[in-house]
Amino acid sequence: MTEPQNYFEIQLPSRLGSEKVAMSRAADVARSMGFDEERIEDLKTAIAEACINAIEHGNKLDETLPVGVILSKGENSLEVRVVDSGQGPQHRAVVPDIDKKMHEEEHSRGMGMFLIESLVDEVEWVSSPHVGSYARLVIRLNPAEEEA
Amino acid sequence: MQEKVTQVKVEEAQSNTGDPVTVLRYVGDITSASKAAVLGTYQGLPAGTKRIVLDFSGVDYLNSSGIALVIQLMIAAAKGGQKIQTFGLKPHFIKVFTMVGITKYTTLHPDETAARAAFAS
Repeated sequence: MTEPQNYFEIQLPSRLGSEKVAMSRAADVARSMGFDEERIEDLKTAIAEACINAIEHGNKLDETLPVGVILSKGENSLEVRVVDSGQGPQHRAVVPDIDKKMHEEEHSRGMGMFLIESLVDEVEWVSSPHVGSYARLVIRLNPAEEEA
Repeated sequence: MQEKVTQVKVEEAQSNTGDPVTVLRYVGDITSASKAAVLGTYQGLPAGTKRIVLDFSGVDYLNSSGIALVIQLMIAAAKGGQKIQTFGLKPHFIKVFTMVGITKYTTLHPDETAARAAFAS
């Protein structure tokens, strides 16, 4: 009998748009674990934003540098690591201030880290430029139980 | 699994009170690659455009860079005294738009009828 596969790794080119491959694969894995569609949409957006950060800021759009996406199924959670060759985030997630954006006092972009932190249950930003900096995202099947 | 190029269709319609309304219907993905579709199309609207409806019902993927373009469109519209109503967002993107606060500057309507009717209020 074959053991179920609990670990998946994808290599993406550092090209905007390639994040959709990771979104699709992660959605398939999450669906197989029983996550509902709303949580899967949350996960897809969080992974997309993590990949975009890795492509743009980590690998600086250098298509020769891959972005690694590692999906690890746990009993009640799915962990995703998005790995790049950069220094890791140089600042914390900023809660967007729509009034400042509308008055051009804050850049209209810069919402990716905020969305990631808002949409998944756990986020860790690890700076490790020599071996690969990464974002670690976790979504849980029953987040309320985990927090209790 | 390529990015879907953003397409925009511009349609002229009317509000419930008979005022002219311009509807921008987006199809495809809205990302950093959508600047010409989102901002270019907006900038090409005739002078005197006062009421704009954004129709996202053909959009399946919208990321933070795409949302930033929508915000830039809204900034330009606010400067020009234009009113914007929005409809057609998938439930997940209604949640995301709400999270980033865009709902303070445009109402997300359930359908086009409601979006057009909102110009009368």
